[in-house]
Amino acid sequence: MNRVARRRFVRNPHAVLGASLLLLLFLLAFAGPFLTHWSHTDIDYTALRQPPSVEHWFGTNSIGQDLYAQVLRGLQKSLLIGLLVALFATVLASFAGACAGYFGGWADRLTTLLIDLLLVFPAFLIIAIVSPRLRSASWLVLVGLLAAFGWMLTARVVRSMTRSLKERDFVRAARLMGVHPLRIVVRHILPNVASFLIVDATIAVGGAVMSETGLSYFGFGVQPPDVSLGTLIADGTGAAVTYPWMFFFAAGLLVVFVLAVNFLGDGLRDALDPTSDRARGRRTKRAPGRRERAARRPSHPVEQGHPAPEGTAGA
Amino acid sequence: MTAPRTAPDGGRSATAPPGIAAPATPRTDAVLRIRDLHVEFDGPRGPAPAVRGVDLTLHRGEVLGLVGESGSGKSTVALAAIGLLPDTARVAGSITIAGTDVVGADDATLSGLRGRRVGMVFQDPLSALTPVHRVGDQIAEAIRTHHDVPRAHARRRAVELLDLVGIPDPATRAAAYPHEFSGGMRQRALIAMAIANEPDVLLADEPTTALDVTVQAQVLDVLRTAQRATGAALLLVSHDLGVIAGTADRVAVMYAGRVVESGPATALFAAPRMPYTMGLLGAVPRLDAPVDAAAAAPGAKEPAHGDTAPTSDRATAPGPRTPLIPIPGTPPEPHDLPTGCAFAPRCPLADDACRAAEPALLSVGTEEPGRHHAACRHADRIVERGLTATDVYPLPDPPASSAPAPDRDTLPPVLKVTGLTKTFPVRKGSVVKRRVGSVHAVNGVELDLGRGETLGLVGESGSGKSTTLMEILGLTAPEGGTVEVLGRDTRTLDRAARRQLRGTVQMVFQDPLSSLDPRLPVGEIITEPLRAQGVDRARAAARIPELLRLVGLSPDHADRYPHAFSGGQRQRIGIARALSVRPQLLVLDEPVSALDVSVQAGILNLLTALRAELGLSYLFVSHDLSVVRHIADRVSVMYLGRTVEHGPVAEVFGAPRHPYTRALLSAVPLPDPVRERGRERILLAGDPPSPTRPTTGCGFRGRCPRYAAMSPTHGADRRSRCERETPALTAPGPGRAAAACHFAGPP
Amino acid sequence: MIAHLSKRLGYYALLLALAVVISYVLSSLALSPRGYFEGRQPPPPPEAIDTQLTALGINDRTPLWERFGNWLGHALHGDLGRTLDSSDVGTEFGRRIGVSLRLLLAGTLLGTVGGVLLGTWGAVRQYRFSDRAVTLFAFLLLSTPTFLLAVLLKVGAIRTNQAVGHELITFTGEKTPGLTGSLPTLFGDRAVHLLLPTLAIALGTAAAYSRYQRGTMLDVLGSDFLRTARAKGLRRRTAVLRHGLRTALVPMSTFFAYGFLTLFTGAAFTEKVFGWHGMGAWFVDAVGKGDINSVVAVNVFAAVMVLLAGFLADVLHAALDPRVRTS
Repeated sequence: MNRVARRRFVRNPHAVLGASLLLLLFLLAFAGPFLTHWSHTDIDYTALRQPPSVEHWFGTNSIGQDLYAQVLRGLQKSLLIGLLVALFATVLASFAGACAGYFGGWADRLTTLLIDLLLVFPAFLIIAIVSPRLRSASWLVLVGLLAAFGWMLTARVVRSMTRSLKERDFVRAARLMGVHPLRIVVRHILPNVASFLIVDATIAVGGAVMSETGLSYFGFGVQPPDVSLGTLIADGTGAAVTYPWMFFFAAGLLVVFVLAVNFLGDGLRDALDPTSDRARGRRTKRAPGRRERAARRPSHPVEQGHPAPEGTAGA
Repeated sequence: MTAPRTAPDGGRSATAPPGIAAPATPRTDAVLRIRDLHVEFDGPRGPAPAVRGVDLTLHRGEVLGLVGESGSGKSTVALAAIGLLPDTARVAGSITIAGTDVVGADDATLSGLRGRRVGMVFQDPLSALTPVHRVGDQIAEAIRTHHDVPRAHARRRAVELLDLVGIPDPATRAAAYPHEFSGGMRQRALIAMAIANEPDVLLADEPTTALDVTVQAQVLDVLRTAQRATGAALLLVSHDLGVIAGTADRVAVMYAGRVVESGPATALFAAPRMPYTMGLLGAVPRLDAPVDAAAAAPGAKEPAHGDTAPTSDRATAPGPRTPLIPIPGTPPEPHDLPTGCAFAPRCPLADDACRAAEPALLSVGTEEPGRHHAACRHADRIVERGLTATDVYPLPDPPASSAPAPDRDTLPPVLKVTGLTKTFPVRKGSVVKRRVGSVHAVNGVELDLGRGETLGLVGESGSGKSTTLMEILGLTAPEGGTVEVLGRDTRTLDRAARRQLRGTVQMVFQDPLSSLDPRLPVGEIITEPLRAQGVDRARAAARIPELLRLVGLSPDHADRYPHAFSGGQRQRIGIARALSVRPQLLVLDEPVSALDVSVQAGILNLLTALRAELGLSYLFVSHDLSVVRHIADRVSVMYLGRTVEHGPVAEVFGAPRHPYTRALLSAVPLPDPVRERGRERILLAGDPPSPTRPTTGCGFRGRCPRYAAMSPTHGADRRSRCERETPALTAPGPGRAAAACHFAGPP
Repeated sequence: MIAHLSKRLGYYALLLALAVVISYVLSSLALSPRGYFEGRQPPPPPEAIDTQLTALGINDRTPLWERFGNWLGHALHGDLGRTLDSSDVGTEFGRRIGVSLRLLLAGTLLGTVGGVLLGTWGAVRQYRFSDRAVTLFAFLLLSTPTFLLAVLLKVGAIRTNQAVGHELITFTGEKTPGLTGSLPTLFGDRAVHLLLPTLAIALGTAAAYSRYQRGTMLDVLGSDFLRTARAKGLRRRTAVLRHGLRTALVPMSTFFAYGFLTLFTGAAFTEKVFGWHGMGAWFVDAVGKGDINSVVAVNVFAAVMVLLAGFLADVLHAALDPRVRTS
């Protein structure tokens, strides 16, 4: 991030708020468990459905488990899942999109077919179908599944950005000099879509956590005895009115986490994209990438369980 | 319009500050009055003043030209006058239009003024019309906003206006959407919209900058017609001195947010009194400056030149071409203005007094006191001693030997292209894409470039210049015709040979910013061709300082990124990159068209010097005929994918034989009001046609004045020849220029 | 023209065929309807289960390709098979789509219109307090998963009911079972049941649309043509509405197309939380039970809707934008 971008970032209250919140949440998730002697599997038979107290900071659930330990454990898991999914999906998307966009021809056609096919299947439905088979498997399989269904829209944007970058003079210049195509992709294309990828990956963390909690809510996601924010919220829903602590701690942390990620992503976008403050001052030339962004989803689709609004099968 | 005009208070003009505000004879019909205008924006690095104390007065029926380079604040003045600056702008001072205050007025007052008292034409016609509404409706809307007339009435009036601005078949075209109009037609529609309510003031902000030169000539013509028809005052904002010279009665030159010189157009162009204006005029390559008197072909009319042309005395001298006058340095950043005269850091005459305080705009000259003003402490000295640009600016040394090899026939050409063709498929449809035809982007291009020569490739947009370049630089077998680089046919090249040849042909791009990867430091950018040729990192890096020095940059700049440089410096980086592999042929695609005149001169001089020093050959593509005339030895004119005329510059420009070349040359505005207004102009009808359909016969005949002049009865057989037979390039003799016209020759 | 239209349809057909095969194979491999029957109380004899599974065409002891061929043969004749409860999948479809439509229509419409208006307003007032407030609220809603929002609304309703002392807001199912009375009474009962789900959907939809619309609107607000419109004397508001909003809606057509067609595929979370038996709930329950025929049917239906939405988006785009239409 260069100086101008850094200054824009620090001046953006949303971005700073998001970054600080995220830092705090990470601290809480990974340092917080050391502050209590309860682990998330311990059962305190003397305290069933107890409200928050000195002994159990977030109260206990119906079988006497310490909710503080459980919520932090769930937060850890959700954070890890979100980060890993975003990382894998973004790496996959950038390479698939850049290669399809740069090389065109069959590479492009195959990638486009794959993207369209995966978009035709609502990811949620596929993961739900497959999940019963994964009861015994590690949560990493869930990460893989979420990443496998989370890269297409990003890849599509990277593809179209690559296609417009390919027409830019500096890429044309490299081509005319005889620079190897793969080198052009790595040296010229990817660095120039990097700011989009950073922003997208940030927001994808939030999207992945939302997908995970949604799946876990129906029992399709993280499986017991492991916990995530999603399973905790699902378990606590029935008691939301009578024993609110069993629901609201997990729910609150989830919302705060996703909100922080969205704020951070929005702030990064403003800081990294020089066209974003176009409307603030004097008018500048339109840069490529602006239109692509207009076609982006926000952090989650209009209604979960459905593909984000985005052109499909646009061949 | 018969609405009574409220006369602006007469008392103010008496107390007005000096400047063009105070004409010699007091006139009371001022329709636009700008007093001490200040505009400031919030830049990323603090407040950035864009306009700093501008006074202008515009009278009914008068044309005021506002000239300046990018960032001088000229467009900001125009936007402030119509009250359309962004909300973030801070405006101080006063602007009155027909007696109504603009500064500080609310939206209701301004809306009543805009479109009714003041109309505006913007720079980019392609984006200035709402894409989803019909053109006629948009014009009718301008009428209905101010007059309570029935829709049908406004529509009829819109058609009349379209007719007035020269849109053929206006009734049908009124129902079209903006994207169905060409750029020139859109600009005409915008002029129609601006004059729909017969305003008192017409503002035109770079109205022809985005247009081709033949279309520019048409649009300027329409603008003048519209201005005369409505009797409005016209404020013409432009960076193009030629455009201003042909249209403006009075001229104001802006620099760093201030008017630095103003006066009647003839006086100002003939005898500029402020060093910046002098430099600006000296930096422009002149189409009317003879290149090489000896080479003028027989029959060519010796261009008449007056004493006023600043370059004429030297240009007639034989020998190597005279360099242009570059103004050193770059304009100051608005947030970082020097104390004192803003031009002082670049001015050879500047002394300590200049750097201490900003000079006022004061009357200079004696012939018409109070008419000509300049903001320069040395203006009087300039007048007294009759200093010209060459006296003020140190002229760079002419290159040691730039004369091309005399016997070009004995040496193998660096580049030879014959009969080049290239077609692209055309796909249409939104829901369903289908191939509907082919674009014959290039359809018969002939190029011939000898060692040490510069070949200018000239044509308007869509003429196939860029496609030609890409076909040459691809170094692969062309679709049709042959390309020979350094004597090697590209059809016969294998991989290794092609790679080796790439090192000898390099390219410089039009947009210096987009041709440099923003994410790489300059050192890596300029050595990329070397690395692509397989030179290792260390040896490539060792060449960086030398290359940077070669193009006039400091070797310390190697670690910086492209955005840290100005436009001219970026173009120097692009040239350094091209030179890194020691090429023999440099292909330059509009290398100076994105630059301001004063910067452009420096680049052109650099290119001339490099050519002499390194023995390079240039293929120089440009839409600007003045630049080509200045730098090229030979020229090739393209129209609709085809070479229509080529040969030595002096012959082609001095005595063009193809009617298109003639029209093109006559459309280029000269930065000389007397000559620009006095000469005969050939206005071509319509726009360059789309190359989608292959035409039979001559592609130019739809716009050809010669063809149009042939009588359908008596000249029927001549006409039919143009219609049936594609003209071949023929020259009147060996070594002479060739033209592709059945009836080539002087008119 | 026709050749190219058919090429496009051919591509869709290819995608759909792949979707059908993959859906069927995945569902058959992953789901276990046998387990569902075995788990019944009292457990039926294994032979009975086998017979039942074979009758439904989902017996895992029949080779997969044979089951698929059988299913495909029927499906091509319009018979999508039977659910685990032996009711016709096609009939179930009709019922479920109706439920989902009744659930989603009001909320989606409200959310779309509201979101577009809020986005436009926010863009026009960029960085002012109102824009920041709308942005903050949208972000908050976008960071709240639908099921969480639905549960929160439900908790709020229960609290309200407790405070009032009687059931003011009912939120389970489509209507009060067994309620009889005049038409207005029945209609009113349905309206009260719709209140919370509509709110949940409208809020989420509006939040998303407001962000899209704000973005496209900001692009348009800096445009040259809006400046031209004001230069001819249009008031700021008129120029923004007549020239800006109209143009900014063009890129929104994609979202409208998807928003409309997802009405038919239902909303799993909202349906489950509020006890509506629509498409989404059907799918979740079917996966839980291992009801292969239903799962495949819903999956394929969703794929068709996505493809249709893509097509509709193009048509809408052409309808809104003359540049696309006349080229």
